[in-house]
Amino acid sequence: MNENTEVNKNKEKPATTHKIGIYLWIWGLLFVLSFFSYMVDWYQFQGLLRWSLILFFMFLKAGLIMAFFMHLFWERYALVNVLLWPMTAIACFVGLMVAEGKYTVFTRLIYFVLGE
Amino acid sequence: MSDSSLDNLPKGWKSVPNDLGSDQTAFKGVQWGKAMMWIFLLSDTFIFSCFLISYMKGRASTVVDWPNTSHVFSLDFMGVPVPLLLIAIMTFVLITSSGTMALAVKYGYEKNRKMCGRLILATAIGGLIFVGMQAFEWSKLIHEGVRPWSNPFGAGQFGSYFFMITGFHGTHVSIGVIFLFIFARKVYRGDFDTGRRGFFTTMKSDYVSIEILGLYWHFVDLVWVFIFAFFYLW
Repeated sequence: MNENTEVNKNKEKPATTHKIGIYLWIWGLLFVLSFFSYMVDWYQFQGLLRWSLILFFMFLKAGLIMAFFMHLFWERYALVNVLLWPMTAIACFVGLMVAEGKYTVFTRLIYFVLGE
Repeated sequence: MSDSSLDNLPKGWKSVPNDLGSDQTAFKGVQWGKAMMWIFLLSDTFIFSCFLISYMKGRASTVVDWPNTSHVFSLDFMGVPVPLLLIAIMTFVLITSSGTMALAVKYGYEKNRKMCGRLILATAIGGLIFVGMQAFEWSKLIHEGVRPWSNPFGAGQFGSYFFMITGFHGTHVSIGVIFLFIFARKVYRGDFDTGRRGFFTTMKSDYVSIEILGLYWHFVDLVWVFIFAFFYLW
């Protein structure tokens, strides 16, 4: 314990610095993933394949940015939990609005057709 | 709080109730400004989510065909229309500036003043290029007759969601660029080495501010990832 304290006192760099390699790797990966997601449009993939590829590349990119560029991977666990759990509320909201959107388009189709 | 006193605290899952149930400091070892920036970004996440969810709901519930974004956002290159060309370039510019920001934070913590300053300046220029291209995109679409209430390509809601979502994101980028220039000047002047006190605060400057600025900038990039996926590609 005493040794640790002395080491920390002598240490100029704080614990938050990381090797440059990790940043360059993530940077390169983000470029490659962005290129792939652009290719999804370039080759005009349609339907389920298009949507799943878009979501896959999107979540991968978002995860890499948050984990390494925003340092969440090394961040205090309590902070990580406080930040990520509220996302479940957004997921619930998305689910509710998907159902609502389907209902709205259903009633519109019914009344636009029957109204005429 | 020094690193050594953090070692005595519980690790893993147990650290969560321990941190949140403790006195004075909720997140042990996290600088308060960084925690506050994260909480601001969380609230901003909710705002952007509301925009994107309302866009999803609007697009899902319209009975008119949604405009084909590949065609709407295509750009002529040597006489050939290339789909989403400008948007792809904007994406790469923003990722580049995100990378230079990440390196600026790293060099800041290593107290490498010149590299840190240069990289922040490069980030700011990347942001400016992005905003410039967005202004070009907006004026192009406005010329083609896209309005918040109607457009020649399809469902009328398209324009209002486009201007609202990209406009709100562009505002974030613009504010970020302003702060990047301010902080580039502070870094070059050596504020973070001498601990010179800030204009709005009596607290001493510290390189942790660069990480906080970086969090904001990466968040802007993060939001663009979702806008790119949902608005342009979907």
